[in-house]
Amino acid sequence: METFIHQVVAGIATGGVYASLALALVMIYQSTHHINFAQGEIAMFATYMAWTLLNAGVSYWLAFTCTILLAFALGVLIQRIIIRPVENAPVLNIVVVFIGLLVILNSIAGWVFTYTIKSFPSPFPKEPPFGLHFISSHELGSIGVTLVLLLMLYGFFKFTPLGLAMRAAAQNPDSSRLVGIRVGWMLALGWGLAAAIGSVAGMMIAPVVFLEPNMMSGILLYAFAAALVGGIDSPGGAVLGGFIVGILENILGAYVIGTELKLSVALVLIIVVLTIKPAGLFGKVIVSRV
Amino acid sequence: MSTNLPSHEKAVPWIWLVLGFLGACALPFFITNYHVFQVSMVLTYAIALVGLNILIGYSGQISLGHGAFLAIGAYTTAILMDKADMPYWMTIPIAAAVCLVVGFLFGLPALRLEGHYLALATFALAVALPQLLKFKHLEFLTGGVQGIVIMKPEAPWETLFGLKLNSDRWLYFFTLAVTVVMFVIGWNLIRGRVGRALIAIRDQPIAAASMGINTPLYKSLAFGVSAMFTGVAGALSAILVAFVAPDSFTVFLSITLMVGMVIGGVTSLPGALYGALFIQFIPNIADQISKAAPWAIYGIMLILFMYTMPTGIAGLLRLIGQKLRPTNP
Repeated sequence: METFIHQVVAGIATGGVYASLALALVMIYQSTHHINFAQGEIAMFATYMAWTLLNAGVSYWLAFTCTILLAFALGVLIQRIIIRPVENAPVLNIVVVFIGLLVILNSIAGWVFTYTIKSFPSPFPKEPPFGLHFISSHELGSIGVTLVLLLMLYGFFKFTPLGLAMRAAAQNPDSSRLVGIRVGWMLALGWGLAAAIGSVAGMMIAPVVFLEPNMMSGILLYAFAAALVGGIDSPGGAVLGGFIVGILENILGAYVIGTELKLSVALVLIIVVLTIKPAGLFGKVIVSRV
Repeated sequence: MSTNLPSHEKAVPWIWLVLGFLGACALPFFITNYHVFQVSMVLTYAIALVGLNILIGYSGQISLGHGAFLAIGAYTTAILMDKADMPYWMTIPIAAAVCLVVGFLFGLPALRLEGHYLALATFALAVALPQLLKFKHLEFLTGGVQGIVIMKPEAPWETLFGLKLNSDRWLYFFTLAVTVVMFVIGWNLIRGRVGRALIAIRDQPIAAASMGINTPLYKSLAFGVSAMFTGVAGALSAILVAFVAPDSFTVFLSITLMVGMVIGGVTSLPGALYGALFIQFIPNIADQISKAAPWAIYGIMLILFMYTMPTGIAGLLRLIGQKLRPTNP
């Protein structure tokens, strides 16, 4: 029973990471209807920045904050420089640009930081919290960080004028432009925020999977699955989807099919959910008028 | 998908086709064996890209998982040659049939998905397949992580019209013949009833359905046919490389195929050839430019291609052709 609880808790912890990354995907999807295949690599790159700062002797939480800011800047720069020229191109062209971005970031990370696996520290103590056996401090801490992040984002979008402007720009760019919102910059901010969220996800998962240029590829797939299970246009759904995928992945991996086929589980999950509910659990069903 | 894609290529003058074919026949006698092998690989990629083009370009369904069908085709051939001692040429129609069925079946649930959702479902297929191939309960068939080594077929004749033939040259001619057959099939499919139905579904699904086109059937069929082309390409590549292993069919292969198709030119048969050249040779060129970060160079090239030729190489050539013949609309 205790191992079962531990599997569930560990699932919630990794689920939080999937949820964050899924949220980053959903944010860019909502405003541009593009799925950013480079999201995972941006997170990986940000984690390397954190690693560099930590190696330079910066304290963890200062490095954490700096990394979030740097990732934000990176996201904004990528949107302004690389994505903007192809904003109105056909979907396939944009997908190719995203793939280009993915291999560039991956290759540069491998070049600068080498492909050797590095360990990444956890800010949380080694011993389990409060004498509990079924949860490690890192798991608890990473759940906490994810929840704080989600609450802050919720607050930002719900209660601040800037958040409102960003939502408006995503929902109806033309009308937003007419009332004076700078839609282009709102998109860039969205990219920045998505990159920042991704960087937090990267720093939380790095102590678990170790730091290397390809560390995010599997995680990105789970994040895709999470976003789709929840509904790609629903932030709340994506977060819940992240937790569902995390828990299912862990329990199925531990009891049913073993770790070899874990990724295949993601595939089956995606296909089953999408066949039953093509718009995801919480997605809007789009009905078009003829 | 944008609706202003051209529905048909303008007919290529026959003389160019004949000259191209003669050139392709003469080519292997002037280059090294390794280059012959590389050009054969270009041809197999071109077949796969025709298949991908039928699915993405003509029927408007995005797939990021065609590496999986390439793997299924390659493994079908390898298993038949290794376990059943079948001659290599006989495995190709079987690989085609297997992929047609698998693709059609995968197309059925995929019917409910559109755009990004379909892209991700197929992407997941590409991610999962290498794991399935490594799965220990299938190892007796797939050889697990080690893969399967097959015998490279020998040329049936020592010489051809007085020119010396070896294994690589023979396989090149074999690949060329299959490629020509597949291109003719693709060409007829696209220009015929099926192609027009697919284009109608891509551009106006509701109008197409109300005109009596069986939308679900044609969409799944597009998946099946596309998988069949890719499976043939996979079978050929298995014979050429004489080896299959799960790690040759990573997600990256699927992505490379999609990239090659977009760069060659969507909805263009010659584009498949240009895209195949890109897939085969650009990574080498990137490697020569920078040994340290070849993929960064590759990525920059991808982005530059998309900035400068949004309609792919075929689109650029079409534009140049129009510029050169201003009187001929």
